[in-house]
Amino acid sequence: MEPVLQAKGIQKYYGSVCAIEHIDFEIYPGEVVALLGDNGAGKSTFIKILSGVVKQNHGQILIDGKPVQFASPMEARRFGVETVYQDLALAPDLDVTANIFLGREILRGGLLGRLGFLDKREMRGQVAGRLDQLKVSIKSVAQIVSELSGGQRQAVSIVRAASWGRKLVIMDEPTAALGVEESAKVLDLIKQVKARGIPVLLVTHTLPYAFDVADRIVVLRLGRSVADLRADATDTNEVVQWITGSKTVDRIAELQGHRG
Amino acid sequence: MDNIDGRVQTEDSQNVPAAPRAKSRAWLKRLGDFWTLGILVIILAVFGILQPSFLSVSNWFNTTTYMTETLLLAIGETYVIITAGIDLSVGAVEGLAGIVAALVMVALEPHGATFAMIAGTLAGMLTGVLFGLLNGLVITAMKVTPFIVTLGTMGIATGLTFILSGGTDVVNLPNQLSNIGNATVLGVFSFPTFVTVLCLIAAGIILYQTRFGRYVYAIGSNAEAARRAGIPVNRNLIKVYTLSGAIAALSGILLLTRFATGSPLTGTNDELNAIAAVVIGGTSLFGGRGTIVGTLIGAAIISVLITGLVILSVQPYWQTVAIGVIIILAVWIDQFRHRMA
Ligand SMILES: Nc1ncnc2c1ncn2[C@@H]1O[C@H](COP(=O)(O)OP(=O)(O)OP(=O)(O)O)[C@@H](O)[C@H]1O
Ligand SMILES: [Mg+2]
Repeated sequence: MEPVLQAKGIQKYYGSVCAIEHIDFEIYPGEVVALLGDNGAGKSTFIKILSGVVKQNHGQILIDGKPVQFASPMEARRFGVETVYQDLALAPDLDVTANIFLGREILRGGLLGRLGFLDKREMRGQVAGRLDQLKVSIKSVAQIVSELSGGQRQAVSIVRAASWGRKLVIMDEPTAALGVEESAKVLDLIKQVKARGIPVLLVTHTLPYAFDVADRIVVLRLGRSVADLRADATDTNEVVQWITGSKTVDRIAELQGHRG
Repeated sequence: MDNIDGRVQTEDSQNVPAAPRAKSRAWLKRLGDFWTLGILVIILAVFGILQPSFLSVSNWFNTTTYMTETLLLAIGETYVIITAGIDLSVGAVEGLAGIVAALVMVALEPHGATFAMIAGTLAGMLTGVLFGLLNGLVITAMKVTPFIVTLGTMGIATGLTFILSGGTDVVNLPNQLSNIGNATVLGVFSFPTFVTVLCLIAAGIILYQTRFGRYVYAIGSNAEAARRAGIPVNRNLIKVYTLSGAIAALSGILLLTRFATGSPLTGTNDELNAIAAVVIGGTSLFGGRGTIVGTLIGAAIISVLITGLVILSVQPYWQTVAIGVIIILAVWIDQFRHRMA
């Protein structure tokens, strides 16, 4: 099977600061990959590269095997890569539907459409359908976002990303600001997104969450991808060792294994 | 143990008032939507009791026509304030557009009154559009805050008004102008009121039903989110300020039709009334919230108050005092609601 998205030999410098030395990464259709690593390991930087926010100095990104260049977040989105940002990029005064369709509004048919008239009913219907599919409990698609709980807002962000991310949905610490219960709901939502065949790249610091939803766990350390583990073939202990760097020797063996 | 106790306590102290707080919040919201209408009714009742002629047909024409001065500017200002901006130049642009239109009409009248009036109207509108465009371009391209930019263009427009008019009234406008201005439409509207009603309806429909309107709210609510969603924020802001300039010019031209004279003092301080009307109407200075209906009510309150004070023979200097008080009250309530939300 071909990876939907592949990153080869990514390197990123901020001035003379090396944020990413060398990352190889791939994600396959319908897969959830957890990206783990200590503070400053380069997770956010890597995600910004994948979502077109910053540009890598070296390395290549391929979608469906074809090299692509993201000059802007908009371009990444055009390729079907959607990102749920850590600071929720929602408009709090707009309702759920307006936020999910923000920048992608459906217009009415005919002359009214050409004059820019919105097809509010169609958009509400579609959003209701998607909330239903993904089993998100929000009272009304016309609810104002500022009236929602933190978890519900996160759900709106994720539903939006899942609605448009044909190739990949990236989430940077989507549970960071949430309590246990709301986090569990977000994890369920990630499983729903996965069930619909959309690959998810999840950044998190909470290991149990990674084990709960991920098929694979990729560990970054000091700007390098050091481990790529099947979630059902590893455990918390091993992952922690990779994160902290107490397990490094195997890396060479594993890389060689990959090549061989 | 101490820790656990402490935590339980804080959770309690948050939980107990939570329900009443939510209730009072919903109550406040509803109040926020309707308190202005209530105040309008109270003011009308008070003036009606103090001076029964206040509720007469002729005063309906007076008040609604007078109201158009504030309301038109306030319509454009509503859009601007929903984007979390401000346009201080509307009054000055109104004045300048009126003077430009008047000068063109006087100059071209020998070529036919109708031609002169159309050309003058176009020249006036163009003036407003150019000033709005200038505001929008400077705000977006040079990244200067709207308050400062429009304060600057307000000065520029006021100065140009006096330079062009030589500081005196422009007279000898085509006679037909006041025929138009004093015409009655559909039996209940003066001509300026009728035009304003059309603008009001169009502005409301555009704001609630079109993608442009949606973007106006989105930009004011979270400009960064709008940008990330791929909305051309700057282009939409330029549109909003241009609209505000154009509608200010329209207001200036309608004033010409009423008085058949172009006065360089027209529009002075009118931006204050407009901003007051918008804020009283529930549009948030923080952006993202506001309605055209609210602005209509806000403008009505201000206009009724001022014409009422005139009818009661209160010294006209008290008018700006009253508006000053109202504007502070309205902003205070806006901030209060913002903190609750
Ligand atoms: N804009 C920047 N300018 C300079 N250095 C940066 C910039 N952004 C990140 N870095 C550096 O790059 C390295 C990787 O940072 P990054 O934010 O990607 O780490 P992270 O894995 O997301 O960490 P965390 O878990 O704390 O979010 C760090 O050393 C950081 O200081
Ligand atoms: Mg980070």
